[in-house]
Order: sequence, then structure tokens, then C-alpha cells
Amino acid sequence: MKRLFATALMAAATMLSGPSMAQGSYPSKPITILVPAAAGGPSDTVARLVAEAMRVDLGQQVLIENVGGAGGSLGTGRVAKASPDGYTLLLYHIGVATFGPLYPDLSYKPGEDFDSVGLVTDVPMTLVGRKDLAPADVTALFTWLKGEGKGATFGTAGVGAVSDLCGRLLTDAAGIELTVVPYKGTGPAMNDLVGGQIDLMCDQTTNTANQIKAGEIKPYAVTTKERIAILPQVPTLAETAIKDFEISAWHAIWAPKGTPEAIRQKLSASLQKALKDPKVIERFAALGTAPVSADMATPAALDKRFQSELARWGKLLANASTK
Amino acid sequence: MELLSHLALGFETALTLQNVFWCFVGVLVGTLVGVLPGIGPTATIALLLPITFSFSPVTALIMLSGIYYGAQYGGSTTAILINLPGESSSAVTAIDGYQMARNGRAGPALATAALGSFFAGSVATLILAIAAPPLARVALNFGAAEYFSLLVLGLLVSISLAHGSVIKALAMIVLGLLLGTVGQDVTSGTARYTMGFQELYGGINFVSLAVGMFGVAEIFRNLEVETNREVGVSQVKNLWLTREDFRRIAGPVLRGTGLGSVLGILPGGGHVLASFASYSAEKRLSKKPQEFGRGAIEGVAGPESANNAAAQTSFIPLLTLGIPAHPVMALIIGAFILQGITPGPNVMTDQPALFWGIIASMWIGNLLLVVLNLPLIGLWVKMLTIPYRVLFPAIVIFASIGCYSIDSNPFDVYAIVVFGILGYVLIRLGCEPAPLLLGFVLGPLLEENLRRAMIISKGDPTVFLTRPLSASLLALGLACIVIALLPSIRRKRDEVFVEED
Repeated sequence: MKRLFATALMAAATMLSGPSMAQGSYPSKPITILVPAAAGGPSDTVARLVAEAMRVDLGQQVLIENVGGAGGSLGTGRVAKASPDGYTLLLYHIGVATFGPLYPDLSYKPGEDFDSVGLVTDVPMTLVGRKDLAPADVTALFTWLKGEGKGATFGTAGVGAVSDLCGRLLTDAAGIELTVVPYKGTGPAMNDLVGGQIDLMCDQTTNTANQIKAGEIKPYAVTTKERIAILPQVPTLAETAIKDFEISAWHAIWAPKGTPEAIRQKLSASLQKALKDPKVIERFAALGTAPVSADMATPAALDKRFQSELARWGKLLANASTK
Repeated sequence: MELLSHLALGFETALTLQNVFWCFVGVLVGTLVGVLPGIGPTATIALLLPITFSFSPVTALIMLSGIYYGAQYGGSTTAILINLPGESSSAVTAIDGYQMARNGRAGPALATAALGSFFAGSVATLILAIAAPPLARVALNFGAAEYFSLLVLGLLVSISLAHGSVIKALAMIVLGLLLGTVGQDVTSGTARYTMGFQELYGGINFVSLAVGMFGVAEIFRNLEVETNREVGVSQVKNLWLTREDFRRIAGPVLRGTGLGSVLGILPGGGHVLASFASYSAEKRLSKKPQEFGRGAIEGVAGPESANNAAAQTSFIPLLTLGIPAHPVMALIIGAFILQGITPGPNVMTDQPALFWGIIASMWIGNLLLVVLNLPLIGLWVKMLTIPYRVLFPAIVIFASIGCYSIDSNPFDVYAIVVFGILGYVLIRLGCEPAPLLLGFVLGPLLEENLRRAMIISKGDPTVFLTRPLSASLLALGLACIVIALLPSIRRKRDEVFVEED
């Protein structure tokens, strides 16, 4: 109700001050960025930080609306069906590329119903184990997984979560077998990893960095191409056990299909500025990530990434469900 | 002695004018959102998170924590006054609290909730201060198998939630379990009973179910009786507890505090179990179990203490291990991170002023809540004298807005209508909604943990017996059944269920 009230207030304020200030040009009214996940989660935090910086640049309120449910596919559908005028946008992560194979009842096509604005951040992920797990490093881990550690337990935050996607990619790329143990969210899964109830997990560094630093869990590898600043001593999977392995919980902004190119370019330019904001950089760093470079925060770069991820997950998840 | 110096540091931090002020704002906002059904602490904390960017970390966290436990407090008010529980924990309070209000004892019911919560909050805060790290370690040993056994124990003792026929109570639990299976299965991701509605993938919204089954169904029933509010409620007797009341609530408050403190530490749903467990325990122990469900003050005192104690101790895994026990705690972790602090075992040593300041503020917050709420009782009770024809549309509107605000999803509002009608039909059939709610809340947890335990053990069912903690819990459950079947106790048990209306 507070949100409704706030929206109404802001709408009223715009009506009073609007016409003379923003005649004819976009944006002339508040923009809503929909986050299809609960308020306060990592995606929501990313959205709020970016929205605040974009507000300053665009000279209009940028509101965040949280529409949770069905792994994010519900809220995403709402943006797919919104009018393509640049006033309703979607900010979410890699999950959008997996909705097709995961949710057969989807009333829209993630691959076709959106136009790109740009990438926001690549959140690195870390492969971690309980602290008393035998293998000392990541090479030893994969040897172990192929031998006596076959079928080791691997916690995830539920089907379709980035931790689950990482596990599917690992089993596929390394030819190993894992016993996937799904949880409702990262918190309970981390609890069981720290408590030694499960063997492994692969989650966004946002969720693992604290426990790694405290020595509660054992870091094996990061999943990005290069090592990351907050965990410089941890090797990448690509440089050790699995050549070419790369997965990140990338976040991006989309607009409904048919949003004019000019508007998307304007948003992309604003996003690029927002990602250079020192406050955004600082807060992202606290989340264990960094903004993408300016050339990635563009429609073209997101188009490319999104299409390749759609293809990759379409194949992987189809295999998984027929297994 | 070290504890004393820590607490001194904590109070020094928490008692600055600024921190006391924001603590007060937090508990006030929390109480208000708790009173309005549906608008829960999760949404509120998320909305206020950006405001706290400019605060110092300790002030921000003091306020956000205040919202959380303040909401636990406020939730009981609507549950008692208009049978509208906004959260699973206050659903139990509604059972006897609302009956007390119907008997004209809304004042004592509210006072009991306030005093019980204060006592439980104070004790749990002390536990948090003294024993947080070792307790967190114990909770880590609590895996899926232990959780499953605990839930079995919970269900075994909980049939006593119903007053009336055992068969009907069992039927309601089963119906609740079935409703709980709606949505995407956690283990395989398969959609169950969603009937093509994408909105049902995340399961049925708890608030829709509770508001419909309790609140709206009750409105239908009241409207059927009279357009006036039913007799009795407008004649409010006394606002305060009698000496006899104090005597009756002492035990339940103590036991509720103990149960809540222990269960609150458990990850993933312990705080939900707390109030259910306390209610069952009180009904078991009572010499007059037939009063339960008809306005027994013990049925308010126990669960209210339990849920507030659990609210405090659920901070233990967060503050000592950096692990959120439930969604609100995950949000508070977000607040830590945005402030540049990594929650975890290091907070206590690196940021003692922050750690002990938050703990001290919890005690201050609980005190503020009592000061805030006791004078409000008179005001709340006056609300009952509002003509029903004015009151019920307001209740429906607020409940709908609250429900909608959770996910901005109209589907959740339609669900209230469906469950309102279902709830009304069940009342007419003489079935209680409380066991249904219990099944709905515990069922999915039971299934999830059973399957998780079996996955981890690679399909070996003996895991429930070979893990000592799990085995003890199951043994306790077995003992409960045996005791219930012993002849001498059986007579008493029959009395419990004889009171068919």
C-alpha cells in the first residue's frame, strides 16, 4: 500500500511539474524497472543502486517494482506484455534465458518478446566445499569427483537458480556425477554446507565471500575467465580443471519488444553513466562484483549474450529434463 | 564479567539519542505494518532499505531489526481483534485470542500478548548475548533428517490444535498438506496442481489463505448472524489482567519463551514451528483443555511468547555465522552488505560496538513496544465498538491491499475470495481452519526435508534412526503416542475431544 501511495504521490508531482520541463522528449514521466524477485535480494540490490544513479542522469524518478513468484518468470512476463514505450523495463539475471525450457506454461517467449538495453554486471560465482572435504585444491577435487567422490552432494538454491545452472554446467563440462540437493534459497543451503551436511556448492560470490573469508567453507575455484579482486588467491576453473569453463550470474536490463531504438540507446547511455558512478562501483564491490564495461552496457552486447545463453541453456536444460 | 563490559558497550551504543529515536521509529513502523494484514516486515524493510543508506551501520540495523520484531508484535493485534492473522505465527494467536475478544476480553488478550512478548523478548535477547556462538554451532548439526523428525514430532502432538472431532481435525490437516503441495516441487522443479496457472508455480500465498480462511470466512459468518456485530464484543469488561489471569499466564509464558528460543535458532522454518508447538504444549498440559479454542488465555500467552522469543533468537545464525534463517534475515544481510560490513563470525570481534549495540537495542526496542502498546490497548478495544457494517468493508479492503502488495499480484486477491468461501463452508461443516493451516505450513517443510534427507543419504531410510538427534526426536514422538494410549491418560484425552458443539 505504501508503494501505491508513493507512486500516486510521485505521479501527482509529475503532473504538476511535468509539462513545461519535459515536453515531447523521453522520459517525460517516471520509469518503472520491474525486478521479478523479492525485494532485498541480490538482483533487487543491483536494481536499486542502478536506478538511483539513472534517476540523476535521466531527470525522472526511476521506480523499482518487485513482482516475485515462479522463479522470476511471472514478473518477466508482465514486462513482456507491457507497452513498449520505455516506461516499463526489466532488470534480472541469467535466469531469463532458462525460463523457456523450465516453465512449459509460459505465456510469452523470453527469446522473442524483449528488446535489449544492456548488460549491468557479471557476478562471479565460486565453487566451494565444506571445510573438511578431503581434496586440497580444485585439481584434486575433480580427480576425487571422478573416483571415490563420485556422486558427491551438491547444494543448490532450487531448480533454475544460478547455483543449479552452475551444477548442470559442471556435470556436463567435466563429465562428473553430482547428487544435486535442492534447497529453498541460498541461506539454508549455505547453512548445511557450513554444518558439513553437504559436500559442495557453486553460488554467486555475493553469497559465499563472507563464509570463505571466515574460513567456514573451502574455496576451490571461481567460475569467471579471470581471477577476481576480492578473492585473488582463488584460481579460476578455466585455468585449472576445466578449460574454457565460464559462467557468471550476469544481470541485464530489457525493454518490451518494439521499444524504439532511440529510447533504448538513451537508456543504454544513461546506464553506462550510472555504471561509472563511484557509489555504484563501491556498492557493487561490496556485493563481490563490478559493473560491466561501457561497451557491454549496450543493446548489441546484450543481444549477443542473451542469444548465446538462450541456445546454451535450451540445450542443457532439455537434456536434463529427459534424463 | 566480560559479558558485563560487552553489554555496557552495547547499551552505550544503543542509548545514544539518535539510536533510541530510530529504534522507536523501527518498532512503531513494525507495529503498524504488523497490524495491517499482508503488508509484512519483508516488504517494509525492503522499502526502507534505501533510506538507511545515509545512516551509520549500527543505526540502520537497529531500525531494521526493530521493524522485524515490532511486526511480530503488531500481527497479534489484528489476529485477536478481528481474527485476521497476517503471518503464520499469529494464526495460532487468533484461535483463542479472537474467542477472548468475542467474550469481551479483548483487553486482557492484548495485554497478555504485550506482556508475554516483552518477557520472551527480554529473555531471548539475554540468551542471544550469552550463548549465541555455541548455540549457532548446535543449530548447524541440525540437518534434513533432524528437521524431518522434529516436524513429525510437531504433527504428532499438534492434533490437539483442534477442538471438536479428531476425524475432522485429521481431515483438515490432510487438506492443508494437499494445499501445501500446490506449486513447483522444490526437488525436481515439476509443477503440481497448478492447472495451467503460472501464478501457482510459487505455491498458494500464505497470506491469501490465512486471510481468507480466518478473516473473510469469519466475516461471512458474522454477516449471516446479524448485520450488527454479535453480542458480547461491544461490552468490553476490563482492559487489564486480573490476579487470576497473571497466575494462569505465568507458566505458558515461561514455556513459550523456552520453546521459541530453541526453535528460533533453527534455519528455514523454526520460527514458524514455535507458536504451533507452544499452543500444542499448553493444551496438553492444561487441566482444562476443553477451554482451548474458546478463549483460553494460556492459548494466547504461550504462542505469543514463543513467536517473539523465536524472532529474537533467529538473529543468532545471522549475527554469528552470517547465514539468514528466513527471508527477513536475508534482507537484513543485504543491509549489512550495503553498509560495507560482511556479516559472519567476524562481526563480533571486528565490530563489537555494532554487535552488542544491536543486541542491547533489542531489549530497548522490546521495552519501547510495551510502552507503546499498553496504552494503545484501550484504543484498539474501542475499535470493536465501530458498527460492523462499517468495519467489515474496511477489513476486506485492507486485507486485499495488503495481500496485493506482497507480489503486486491480483491473483493473490482472487485467492482470498476462494479461501473465504471455502473457509465459510468449512465453518458450517464444523471444521476448524487451524489444523488446515498447520498442514499447509508444515507439509511442504516435511516433504522437502524428507526428500532432502533421502537424497543426501543416497536413499538409505535408516538415516533417521542412525543420527542421534533425529532418533531422539522420533523416540519422543513415539513416547507421545504411547502416553496418549495409556488408559489413565486416555480418559483425560477423551475429555479433550468430547466437547463436540
